[in-house]
Amino acid sequence: MSQSVEPAPVALAVERARPPMSPFRRFLSDYAEDRVAVAAFVVFTIILALAMLAPLISPTNPYDLRSLSILDNRQPPGAQSMRGITFWLGSDGLGRDMVSAILYGLRTSLFVGVLSGIAALCLGMAIGLASAYFGGRFDSLVMRLVDLQLSFPSILIALMLLAILGQGVDKVILALVMVQWAYYARAVRGSALVERRREYIEAAQCLALSHWSILFRHLLPNCMPPLIVIGTLQIAHSIALEATLSFLGLGLPPTEPSLGLLISNGFNYLLSGHYWISTYPGIALLVTIFSVNLMGDRLRDVLNPRLQK
Amino acid sequence: MTVFIIRRLLQSVLVVVAMTLIVFFGVNVIGNPVDILINPDCDKICYAAAMKALGLDLPIHEQYFIFVKNVLQGDLGRSFILGIPAIKLIVSRLPATIELAGMAMTMTLVFGIPLGLWAGLRPNSTSGRMIMGFSILGFSLPTFWVGLMMIMVFSVELGWLPPTGRGDTVTVLGLPFSFLTLDGLSHMILPATNLALFHIALVTRLTRSGVRETMLMDFVKFARAKGVSSTRVIFVHVLKNILIPIVTVLGLELGGLLAFAVVTESIFAWPGMGKLLIESITLLDRPVIVGYLMLIVFMFVAINLAVDILYSALDPRVRVQGSSR
Repeated sequence: MSQSVEPAPVALAVERARPPMSPFRRFLSDYAEDRVAVAAFVVFTIILALAMLAPLISPTNPYDLRSLSILDNRQPPGAQSMRGITFWLGSDGLGRDMVSAILYGLRTSLFVGVLSGIAALCLGMAIGLASAYFGGRFDSLVMRLVDLQLSFPSILIALMLLAILGQGVDKVILALVMVQWAYYARAVRGSALVERRREYIEAAQCLALSHWSILFRHLLPNCMPPLIVIGTLQIAHSIALEATLSFLGLGLPPTEPSLGLLISNGFNYLLSGHYWISTYPGIALLVTIFSVNLMGDRLRDVLNPRLQK
Repeated sequence: MTVFIIRRLLQSVLVVVAMTLIVFFGVNVIGNPVDILINPDCDKICYAAAMKALGLDLPIHEQYFIFVKNVLQGDLGRSFILGIPAIKLIVSRLPATIELAGMAMTMTLVFGIPLGLWAGLRPNSTSGRMIMGFSILGFSLPTFWVGLMMIMVFSVELGWLPPTGRGDTVTVLGLPFSFLTLDGLSHMILPATNLALFHIALVTRLTRSGVRETMLMDFVKFARAKGVSSTRVIFVHVLKNILIPIVTVLGLELGGLLAFAVVTESIFAWPGMGKLLIESITLLDRPVIVGYLMLIVFMFVAINLAVDILYSALDPRVRVQGSSR
């Protein structure tokens, strides 16, 4: 008689397949792999919060003329004002607290940069999509225009437009949009030309959907990744461009001082050794631009399908 | 080839004509310059006389035709402020700008290519990484702020270099040049470095990526297998192959240097065309603004045309694509 020995059931370490990550979660975890990029994101969030909350957190209102005292002008960092407020970063030629001026300046710079970036994105996107989808004569006309515009440096086009339009927030935003739309248009057209030949577009056309719905509900979402990258980098670019134009005295009017204008004001005092009036707004500008650029660089790696694991 | 050149030439002419239209009509929308020029006590008759003297009473299209006719004769009108011909004023400022741009371009070549070569041949070394880090900074830093910081450090704190002006000049062929005197050269270092910084970063990155790609090519391996020395491989075989894109980009960047000179000249009070433009915009000196814009557009179109033709001569693929359209 043979004894049949039942093999004792071995408890297998059952490893459950993890549920598939949602695309957004995967994007987040990919982005977070780079420490520098995470730091850039944190820094940018702080800057954004400071800019938005400027009226609540800044020690003084730098544009309330009644609270200014000419006796406070050009105080070095750490000095006490006549009213007992400490100027942590010094004061400018009119006796304004630099911390408050920088917070308000950041607000204006970010507002102009982000708004013009978004407006240019929308305009460029619509033109680029239409150009790729309809093709033909419209396409070649648009692309000639884009080539022509991109062959001139953006600062020159902006100077030309502002020489024509004059000063003002609306005019600066308009000039920045006119300078930037071409980048978006070309990028969207490039990716839309590839996507257009895919089967889902054919399927949508067979369903006799309207041009409008094919363009914006089917084609556009699939062209988004490169746009997000360009958008981020362009926002940094437009903040820098606005600051440059304001520095030259062609951008925002003195009633709405951006960082560029603060730096420009400080320029007058630079040669007499009052370094803080130009330096600190410049550092604020630099940190903003740098953090946006670093974020853009990381997004480019994360959203690039060729580098996808 | 001839067809290609003619096509590009026609396109360029079209661009220039379009620009005269945009610039002229655009600039005429700006506030009336008579308002700031005349005496506030001036009555209506005197006002009308001032308008007439400047030709501003005519309908705008007539003003445009007169403008085009004058431009073709090389006359861009007289500066409202200084009363001398605008074109003369602009041309008198041209050598300073060209000198500054030329110096910046030289610095770009002298620093950009060797740095790029170094970083490309040792991509993982500390020095290579540092060069790339600096090039990212060169891209991100706003030019005007770097200029201010340079003045602060080198002129105010250290007192090594003068912050503004052109210094002593030497007249060669009737044109004043700064780079021939020691004083002029010391005035030039800061503005030229400021202007070149962005372009050095650009050329460094271009050279680096070119070197990294070319070093993996078969002809480099073959040259090495043949026993060619590394110096010769790098400076003859590799450099020759990466120079075509670099030369093209530099050609196009020459225009960029002229445009960015506006910023640099304003900071360092360098008496060039760019500073003239900013002054004219603040004073609403219309003929000078129009003249500057026309001249810079013309220079740009000419540079782009030259680069395109050169490129098509160097790379036959461009030519074929251009004429098949």
